[in-house]
Amino acid sequence: MEAQDFKSDQYVRFCPGCGDHAITMALQKAMAQIGIPTHQTVVISGIGCSSRMPHYLNTYGFNTIHGRGAAIATGVKTSHPELNVWQMTGDGDCLAIGGNHFIHSLRRNVDLNICLFNNRIYGLTKGQYSPTSPKGFVSKSSPFGTVERPFIPAELVMGARGTFFARTLDVDMPTTVKCMVEANNHKGASVIECLVNCVIFNNGTHAWIADRETRAERTILLHQGEKMIFGKDLNKGLALDYSSGMFPKLIIVPANDERVLTHDATTADPTLHRMLALMGQKHFTGEQTGDDTLPVALGVIRNVEEETYNDAVNRQIDEVRAKAKAHCFDELTQTLEQWAM
Amino acid sequence: MQNVVVRFCGDSGDGMQLTGNMFSSLSAILGYEISTLPDFPAEIRAPQGTLGGVSGFQVNLGSGVYTPGDRADVIVAMNAAALKVCTLGSKFNHPGAKYNANESMFKRDAIIIVDTDSFTAKDLEKALYKTDNPFEELAIPESVQIVPVAVTTLTKESLKDSGLDNKSILKSRNMLALGIVCWLFNRPIDRAIEFLEDKFKKKPALIAPNVKVLTDGFNYANNLHLNINTVNIEKSDELEHGTYTAIAGNKATAWGLIAAAEKAGKQLFLGSYPITPATDIMQELAARKDMGVMVVQAEDEISGVCTAVGAAFAGDLAVTSTSGPGLSLKSEAVGLAVMAELPLVVIDVQRGGPSTGLPTKTEQTDLLQAIYGRNGECPAVVIAASTSANCFKFAYEAARLALENMTPVILLTDTYLANGTGLWRIPKLSELPPICPASVPAEAAGHYNPAMRDPETKVRYWATPGMKGFEHRNIGLERDAEKGTISTNPENHELMVLNRQQKVEQVAERIPLLNVQGNPESDTLLVGWGSTEGHLMAAARQLNCALAHFNYIHPLPANTKEVLLKYKRIVVCELNTGQFADYLRSKIEGIRLEQYNEIMGQPFSVERIVSQIKK
Repeated sequence: MEAQDFKSDQYVRFCPGCGDHAITMALQKAMAQIGIPTHQTVVISGIGCSSRMPHYLNTYGFNTIHGRGAAIATGVKTSHPELNVWQMTGDGDCLAIGGNHFIHSLRRNVDLNICLFNNRIYGLTKGQYSPTSPKGFVSKSSPFGTVERPFIPAELVMGARGTFFARTLDVDMPTTVKCMVEANNHKGASVIECLVNCVIFNNGTHAWIADRETRAERTILLHQGEKMIFGKDLNKGLALDYSSGMFPKLIIVPANDERVLTHDATTADPTLHRMLALMGQKHFTGEQTGDDTLPVALGVIRNVEEETYNDAVNRQIDEVRAKAKAHCFDELTQTLEQWAM
Repeated sequence: MQNVVVRFCGDSGDGMQLTGNMFSSLSAILGYEISTLPDFPAEIRAPQGTLGGVSGFQVNLGSGVYTPGDRADVIVAMNAAALKVCTLGSKFNHPGAKYNANESMFKRDAIIIVDTDSFTAKDLEKALYKTDNPFEELAIPESVQIVPVAVTTLTKESLKDSGLDNKSILKSRNMLALGIVCWLFNRPIDRAIEFLEDKFKKKPALIAPNVKVLTDGFNYANNLHLNINTVNIEKSDELEHGTYTAIAGNKATAWGLIAAAEKAGKQLFLGSYPITPATDIMQELAARKDMGVMVVQAEDEISGVCTAVGAAFAGDLAVTSTSGPGLSLKSEAVGLAVMAELPLVVIDVQRGGPSTGLPTKTEQTDLLQAIYGRNGECPAVVIAASTSANCFKFAYEAARLALENMTPVILLTDTYLANGTGLWRIPKLSELPPICPASVPAEAAGHYNPAMRDPETKVRYWATPGMKGFEHRNIGLERDAEKGTISTNPENHELMVLNRQQKVEQVAERIPLLNVQGNPESDTLLVGWGSTEGHLMAAARQLNCALAHFNYIHPLPANTKEVLLKYKRIVVCELNTGQFADYLRSKIEGIRLEQYNEIMGQPFSVERIVSQIKK
């Protein structure tokens, strides 16, 4: 199948220069690679710029109400586990109004592929701060700077016992496609945090890592089973330093240092995944400035298999039905205490 | 006697609900009509022996039974607090209150069986008596026959060789009382024993002691001391021939949905969140995995309805169940189902409101919320069950109307129907009306869009994920009437508003006409809706007037105006401040309606309706 097969006839209305254009193309490519037919693919969204996505995909789609995408997608996937279900959401839709449904879909491990478009701003309502805007961020609803502490999505995912987390940049199409395909291969709730630029209301929000000049030094692309190496000349590596007290911390060492870690997204213990996911995040929470810190991790950070909610629900029904005495209404009524009159 | 009202009351730990249920079922099996009213405190366990902890269960049995009865003929009072609550009714915590015929839960010539062991000085103190003679203090009239029985002592005596500890022995007091009541009504005790065997089949060690106490209670009453006559009541001659069971409203609701799903060939999906008094529907369906029912206990009310909307989009018979506060939370998602034109059943088991209100009490105050409580022009079908047993029929009907008309249907029941029990004639699936979901015609493959609808009925065609050639994007935004894509065109919006409205209004052509019960020739017409049918029927009989009772509320039956305008005097009776009356006034221009309203968290009192109408 080709990316073209997944394009709908609708004109794409994202603003010129918006990072969502790139995500749209990446998703169409990823869906073609995955190869599940359009009629077995369902894309659910809530409200916001990101939630326009279903209109641009030639699959089954449902552009619903603000924040409820995860709950609606849970209903689709649980009732019809044979369908391939995606959720498109943004930092407001997913982490503010929809926060409860988001954490519970992760806790239950519903087999959804959740694309979280994080531009750290409310775009469709024209420029208010979001739950991922850095502390002190000046916006239309925070003219003197926000006083709120933001979420780091990865931390929330792991706190909710999420089994899959990947992070990608809108400007890095190959990694985005790869993360989407990996998310789809993962059975369970998969979160892909797409760092996207809002060219109108929050231009350059990820520039610190997204700029071509600095990207190689300030990010690390993680590959399963490979050494954690980064830098323009691939001369740096990540290692754990145990010398600083009770808790080890991640440090940068030369790439040839024998302590350089090998990435394993599949370990059940999320401790290292969480440490990796939090690298460099203080630049985005407003708690730290400067560039003398750890690189921001991109790629698939956590990828753990556990039984999915939809499988467990359907398995339990099958098990009960196999042993049950009654299988239809007329048999069910026979189980009642009853008498003729 | 035509019918008799019995009320069991005691501490909430005394097993009064079980006792009442067993006695009701025994009566039903023997051919009596029954109507029951469980009445329990909101607290799970209030302090033992206090007025706040009194739990009651009332049953009316006989023939021509429409309600659980206003006042009891027989009272079983397991402690001093229960006696006080029964005698004083809603005035039970007024200091110095005395028996008053209008408040008392029993008739002037009632029989009251009391456990004399539960009237010690300490018991009287806990129940806030001032003197050591509760009967005098409450001024219970001499026409009431008090039957003192040392229930606790007799129970201990009965089980002294059982090896059970004291606490377990005391838990069996209710069986002694049940034994006495079974004797009083000539109930054969072997059926009660079968009940116990079934009830305790997972704890077989408890069968023998409970059976012994029950039998001893029966024999005690039979052999020795009781100076009362046994009561004979008429069996029902009004019932249609068939196989019957006693069923509670919530269970009947759940089973109506199961039957509808099978009839429609759809998977039944429930997304719900626990809320009193609706939780039993979710629990019953969660236990029905043998029927393939899928239940998601969601993280909140909103998710409950949203998972259901997702399942509806995916092609299921999708349901969410809740009570008033939950319906408020679900409003936006019900609006989505209206806009996306998806079938959805929303069950609102009404309770006292607003806000948290009276969670365990009954009321009809969500009517206008159900009809209008959403943003925008947002019509949905609203129907209401009127007996515990016909919750089955109307849950089935809600599913039929939703699937055939691609619309949310809100089914209103309430605490009274949900917890009460009635006789239900068990139908075969083949007897139930067909359900034909509005599935898209196969020839639309390749050129389907989600705005395509039947030109006559305006019902949108349903295509569901997995169907090849029907890929489409559904939306909560306004859609173009032709292309089905997002549209902000002004004329298109008006057209779509009218399409959705017309679709719901035309449901009136596919529901039964309104019929008049009672004496249709009378000048006076009582009007009601939902759970008050039994009370209004009893009142109409006494007043020899007509009754028009509504199960279909939005849209109204097509002949509503014609029927109502025949009567000189129309009195709309509801357990709210007049919501249905206001709705009728808005639908029938110039109609003159009187109102009779009660908002006390209790079902109507037939007595009060009759005296009010006679004025």
